[in-house]
Amino acid sequence: MEILVCIKQVPDTAEVKIDPVTNTLIRQGVPSIVNPFDKNALEAALQLKDKHGGKVTVISMGPPQAKEALKECLAMGADKAILVSDRAFGGSDTLATSYTLAATIRKIGTYDLIFCGKQAIDGDTAQVGPEIAEHLGIAQITYVAKIEVNGDTVSVEREYEEGYGIIEGKLPLLISVVKSINEPRYPTIKGTMKANRAEIPVWTMADLDVDEQRLGLKGSPTQVRRIFTPPQRTEGVIIQKDTAWESVAVLIQKLSDAKII
Amino acid sequence: MNFELTKEQEDIRSMIRDFAEKSVAPTAAERDEKEYFPREIFDQMGELGILGLPYPEEYGGAGSDFLSYAMAVEEISRVCASTGIGLSVHVSLCSWPIFHYGTEEQKQKFLRPLAEGTKLGAFGLTEPNAGTDASAATTTAVKDGDHYILNGAKIFNTNGGEAEIEVIFASTDKAAGLKGMSAFIVEKGTPGLSFGKKEVKMGIRSSVQREVFMKDCRIPAANLLGKEGQGFKIAMTALDGGRIGVAAQSLGIAQGALEQAIKYSKERVQFGKPISSNQAIAFKIADMAAKVEGARLLVYRAAYHKSHHLPYSKEAAMAKLVASDAAMSVTTDAVQIFGGYGYTREYPVERMMRDAKITQIYEGTNEVQRMVISGAVLR
Repeated sequence: MEILVCIKQVPDTAEVKIDPVTNTLIRQGVPSIVNPFDKNALEAALQLKDKHGGKVTVISMGPPQAKEALKECLAMGADKAILVSDRAFGGSDTLATSYTLAATIRKIGTYDLIFCGKQAIDGDTAQVGPEIAEHLGIAQITYVAKIEVNGDTVSVEREYEEGYGIIEGKLPLLISVVKSINEPRYPTIKGTMKANRAEIPVWTMADLDVDEQRLGLKGSPTQVRRIFTPPQRTEGVIIQKDTAWESVAVLIQKLSDAKII
Repeated sequence: MNFELTKEQEDIRSMIRDFAEKSVAPTAAERDEKEYFPREIFDQMGELGILGLPYPEEYGGAGSDFLSYAMAVEEISRVCASTGIGLSVHVSLCSWPIFHYGTEEQKQKFLRPLAEGTKLGAFGLTEPNAGTDASAATTTAVKDGDHYILNGAKIFNTNGGEAEIEVIFASTDKAAGLKGMSAFIVEKGTPGLSFGKKEVKMGIRSSVQREVFMKDCRIPAANLLGKEGQGFKIAMTALDGGRIGVAAQSLGIAQGALEQAIKYSKERVQFGKPISSNQAIAFKIADMAAKVEGARLLVYRAAYHKSHHLPYSKEAAMAKLVASDAAMSVTTDAVQIFGGYGYTREYPVERMMRDAKITQIYEGTNEVQRMVISGAVLR
């Protein structure tokens, strides 16, 4: 089975702050990570490979430093990684990004399944996966929490707010996954070392069959009017000791320490 | 001179830190409280390649180096010193002598499962009356055809009873003293091999130290490691490497306590400002940070020497001496900075302080380290 996984390198939102003046992300000094949902997507792909055999190729569109994210995927066990990177792709919204990634996938040629995380934790749009499927003219199932592949039939559990839907689809198929689908594996030491030595090919605009007008800023109809930080809610504390009695004792201690009582 | 880690070493470190924080740290306090040995964490480390980190792939290892290994022990110990020492004993004291002195057959049979992490290793040298003075050991091995028959007892055996493979030291020639000591590979389950009480300890409570008994314990002669009479040398060279492990463990404990103290001192407000703005606290943290960095340089240098086949006995002793003293002093200061809270089990620094003490004692007391160092510099 040929499986593709689309991943994005994102700033670690646990560390990220927004500049209150410009309303843009302060990326300086913020570590970059593989978008967590994309790790779930990769794990789902690796599990299918473990079970049915095949090859897992990870692709990402981004600046040259996104190679780091791809290396982490190789360390986890992906067979191949491709970075799609060109100044011409800069400023892409979801439409231009999905257009570029679809062109990348067409160039790769063969695939049975394409995995994406349900959304990226920086933009939170959840649009790129579905749009890739539309560009490629293949079926898609989003928010998947469980997958089974039987021949060319894929049956999944699709997560809704209030429950699950059981859906079946035929390969080739694009699937976007939710966090609950699995627990991403750790990279192994050997995998980490191998990934370090791996050469990651970089495909540029010239490598793809694309219409330049549909790339980057030019190909992006989305305009961001305003970004703002919602007022922060202070985090609550849950006191959960073995008994209610002990919990109350801790609560009273905390309240009295804080000079509230 | 180059103080930079390679990209590979950096990546291994960050991978292990991630693992340590997500899979080792969350249970550290509870395991300490309950004296619970986490075989499942060791199994997971095995799957990830951490248990065979410095050994070649042909023996089931990950094919990295001893500096990466030292950083692995450091990162694990930064969140749990108990798991750190289990790792160190497995890699340095059990796997290494087999790697260095073992025959090809012994390496395939014993090192491979150790490096792949399907089996856990231990090291039995210390006896009730033979601690620093290994020559007082009374365990014997008598050749009987193509077997050796072992009789005696070991104590403070880290990973003992949990480990499937033990490297055990016994005398094959009493009259020859230390020159009559030999090393044997003993498998768990061998008739005559049994385990006694588990020590109840001040610190590293989630690691196990047990008594080991051998009563007419017959092991194949093929399990003799090296030659007869080579045991003391094998033990001493293994301990040289083990000291790098303990030094790295000490460094990890100190680093963990330092980070806790920095975080707490910035959050804890007294007299209307964070306590870190008091010079008394800030200077203490400065001293702690300097001690940690000093120790780190010595630990990494000793590991570098071992990786590059340079002499490392003195370097390892210095690293162990300085890093363990740093761990004790930094954890004690961390508890002081936390004040009353630091003395409670609400926060991890009291555990770190209890864990730190053993690093000044085992793998050769710090007095032994001074013997090794003075012996080398006064030569």
